[in-house]
Amino acid sequence: MRIGVLAIQGDVREHKNHLIAVGAEPAEVRTVKDFDSVDGLIIPGGESTTIGMLMQEGGLIDAIRSRVVNDHFPVYGTCAGLILLAKDVVGPSPARLGLMDITAGRNAYGRQLASFEAPITIPFLGQPDFPAVFIRAPKILAMSADVVPLAEYDGQVVMAEQGSLLVSAFHPEMSHDVRIHQYFVDKVRKTQTV
Amino acid sequence: MNEKQVGTFNVKAGLAEMLKGGVIMDVTTPEQAVIAEKAGAVAVMALERVPADIRAAGGVARMADPRIVKSIQQAVSIPVMAKVRIGHFVEAQVLEALEVDYIDESEVLTPADPQYHIDKWGFQVPFVCGARDLGEALRRIAEGAAMLRTKGEPGTGNVVEAVRHLRAVNAEIRRLVATPDGELPDLAKELRAPIDLVRKVKELGRLPVVNFSAGGIASPSDAALMMQLGADGIFVGSGIFKSQNPEAMARAIVRATLHFNDPKIIAEVSEGIGDGMPGLEMATLTPADRMQDRGI
Repeated sequence: MRIGVLAIQGDVREHKNHLIAVGAEPAEVRTVKDFDSVDGLIIPGGESTTIGMLMQEGGLIDAIRSRVVNDHFPVYGTCAGLILLAKDVVGPSPARLGLMDITAGRNAYGRQLASFEAPITIPFLGQPDFPAVFIRAPKILAMSADVVPLAEYDGQVVMAEQGSLLVSAFHPEMSHDVRIHQYFVDKVRKTQTV
Repeated sequence: MNEKQVGTFNVKAGLAEMLKGGVIMDVTTPEQAVIAEKAGAVAVMALERVPADIRAAGGVARMADPRIVKSIQQAVSIPVMAKVRIGHFVEAQVLEALEVDYIDESEVLTPADPQYHIDKWGFQVPFVCGARDLGEALRRIAEGAAMLRTKGEPGTGNVVEAVRHLRAVNAEIRRLVATPDGELPDLAKELRAPIDLVRKVKELGRLPVVNFSAGGIASPSDAALMMQLGADGIFVGSGIFKSQNPEAMARAIVRATLHFNDPKIIAEVSEGIGDGMPGLEMATLTPADRMQDRGI
């Protein structure tokens, strides 16, 4: 199972380490050619304006869109990745994939001083709570009925899924807990066997 | 609602992790900040003058006017950093009150304390500090820095010191990793660094926080050079807004940093971007001109 980590910018290493920990083979994706050889893709945390702009220049936006739309290709976006997957963005709006029926608010909790960590309950994972790290995190301000909320914190949906797309406002790669990466790898495996 | 913690080291160092592979640019006006953001910078450093101008102006260099910092915060959506003098914890309190995203306790400004750096554990906003070698780097982490940058020699447009410092850190890490556990306390004394951090470096095989390269990077090839030498990302100070065509230089440096291992792309992005900033040869600097020797 070869899982790509978009390696334009951001915390690529941490995602790769988590993928290795759950038995997947991570691959850095910088170009369309790199992208063609992976079975699923994680878009890491980073700066969404920078990542979106450079994805577009390199043709990655079109390449990823086409595989998601035509082949239900699985993509997991964390933080910046959530913004890049969102159909709508409130505020300065970066070039992006725009595939998921959610509206994202950038830096919606505030500047770095408002960044925080907290244990959150993710019902489908069960106990223990997940140690979630939110860094200049976005919020999901609205979502369509097709989007399934997977976790809430403080009355706010912080993790959601729609078909082959998975997003979280927080960074599971910043903790030692690999359950969410395990879930995504299992999700990729299911698309392989169908 | 579950227990929420702000200002933890995890959250501070975490923002630096999100900046990896990116370019952080010095800017002095909101217009420059917008140029940086549009070129693909992952963050900007708001300051009153770029290092080359600080060097030329002489005198005491201080924290920027809060008005500059606020106008830049309003102009861009990427993180905004700002510099304080080494040891000047009140300048740091002011920047924290302004809610900057990162504070650079920087040798580019005139040091305010001849002996002590800021106790960075006392702040919720994260700090980045400069280092020329592993001992300096670990001392800054011990004081609470959540991100490092090798110092280089700011405002010179000359990459030689940036290379010297990153190679020094790398060589010392290789030596530390090869040192038997029983000899680590002695090595810690030699490095003048806490033993727990020395052990941590051995365990990880790298610094425990993100380390960017800074001080003299003035071309796309310079940026790619530092990335190939193992930097986690790039600070460009004077190299952009002292070049002939800042917009083109900024775009080229961002793209060379992304494709640092692809010389064909570096060649493409380096084409027709105008002259880089005029540089300085190290031998022309007097000891008083050397910013890197401040706050070690």
